[in-house]
Amino acid sequence: MGGFFKSSVGRKVAMALSAFFLMFFLLQHFAINILSVLNPDLFNEVSHFMGTNPLIQFALQPVLIFGVVFHFIMGFVLEIKNKKARNVAYVKNNGAANSTWMSRNMIYSGVAILAFIVLHFIDFWFPEINTKFIKGDWSGTIEGVEGFRYYEELTHKFVSPIRVGAYVLAFVFLALHLLHGFTSAFQSMGATAGRKKTLQNIGKAYSILIPLGFIFIALYHHFNH
Amino acid sequence: MNLTLKIWRQKDSSAKGQMVDYKVTDISEHMSFLEMMDVLNEQLVGSGDDPVAFDHDCREGICGMCSMYINGEAHGPDRGVTTCQLHMRMFKDGDTITIEPFRAAAFPVIKDLVVDRTSFERIQQAGGYISVNTSGNTQDANAIPISKHDADEAMDAATCIGCGACVATCKNSSAMLFVGAKVSQYALLPQGQVEAADRVQNMVAQMDLEGFGNCTNTGACEIECPKGISLDNIARLNRELMKAAVK
Ligand code: HEM
Ligand code: SF4
Ligand code: FES
Repeated sequence: MGGFFKSSVGRKVAMALSAFFLMFFLLQHFAINILSVLNPDLFNEVSHFMGTNPLIQFALQPVLIFGVVFHFIMGFVLEIKNKKARNVAYVKNNGAANSTWMSRNMIYSGVAILAFIVLHFIDFWFPEINTKFIKGDWSGTIEGVEGFRYYEELTHKFVSPIRVGAYVLAFVFLALHLLHGFTSAFQSMGATAGRKKTLQNIGKAYSILIPLGFIFIALYHHFNH
Repeated sequence: MNLTLKIWRQKDSSAKGQMVDYKVTDISEHMSFLEMMDVLNEQLVGSGDDPVAFDHDCREGICGMCSMYINGEAHGPDRGVTTCQLHMRMFKDGDTITIEPFRAAAFPVIKDLVVDRTSFERIQQAGGYISVNTSGNTQDANAIPISKHDADEAMDAATCIGCGACVATCKNSSAMLFVGAKVSQYALLPQGQVEAADRVQNMVAQMDLEGFGNCTNTGACEIECPKGISLDNIARLNRELMKAAVK
């Protein structure tokens, strides 16, 4: 088994597994975030539950972080290996003749997502860690705000047009990443289903609607604050 | 038609190569691409220059030798053809055509457009065979029932001619379409089952050792493959390796 994950095929399987996990997480993240538009009170309740439940904080959160880190490190490892596999570049190469831009530039869309994740951590994750683990405040409340603080903090973040712009751009790259990645992950797992119309359409819907939904949430809070 | 050719010239494997411009005139649109190259070489020999070295053998799309990267595509702009099957009518009078060798670290250039593809042979030797006792007691292959579906897919996979266009085309120089085809042609048949696990593990190990890249599922190989080998064969390769790993 150890030999399997050292092989080129095995690495791709590992890549796809981490990607499936991330795509599932993204769906879950979206489901919670859209509550901030539909029902702020419920959004606060769920955020407090997610932020203080020990199972989520101490079991699922580390798994998620591992998943993200594994995915982008493996992405870089594969990219370096793939670059080495062609040591002399073509003078003329017509990539567009046989493949999509998305499929040829996963590393660039990936790096854009990584930059976003760093920004996103600075925006939301580090303040949370600071409040809960450094200050030891697990109440989910803050002075001057009635009830839980999460909704207030969220809307506050989307005041800055620069941040909103960065988020929107990042989600465009996420869509590009997923437009190839969704079906690619099935192929990596050995499933030909990714090559069938049904799953391709589901992939397209997921890759466009989820990022678009996140963009909507960011813009909604920007213009309604 | 009259054409300008930009061709990669490289004296030997250690020399530093470069693109050189040539002009050819009165090329018939009925010529194959290799016949056009023959015209150029006649011209070069006539003027005392070194002719452009390129691989070719059958000139009918069977041997897979004619490895050229033409205008940014393996075997040129046509689909489902090797370079010897590419017609000059795919080009227009006055065109400039860029001709390069297949590029991959595992396919080093020997001279000009000739590359060393013995890495493919070593992958084949690592497991692309079945061991059969041929002492005279061999069972008639037709006596083993095989479903039409499996027979067709195995036959399709077996049409791979080992040309290397998949590697040349792939942005990662991945050989997975080739290896997928070679693994599939046995994986689908009862005769291939005995050595199935060893075969896929050894062939993938050799493929990695040769320095081919990893598949990103861009699908470029399938489109440029002269034999229409399907990407499904890479999925099968992945399944076969997973099966072998949990065995
Ligand atoms: C953190 C930054 C990220 C980087 C640097 C990155 C990089 C990459 C790269 C380079 C690949 C192609 C690997 C290959 O050659 O096969 C890839 C595949 C993929 N990525 Fe990402 N990615 C990132 C984040 C994400 C996120 C957040 C998601 C989903 C929500 C995601 C989903 C996928 C999927 C579905 C694939 C296809 C897997 C496969 O082909 O088997 N990625 N990623
Ligand atoms: S899979 Fe197609 S492109 Fe690759 S070596 Fe075989 S015939 Fe050539
Ligand atoms: S020369 Fe044999 S396939 Fe082209």
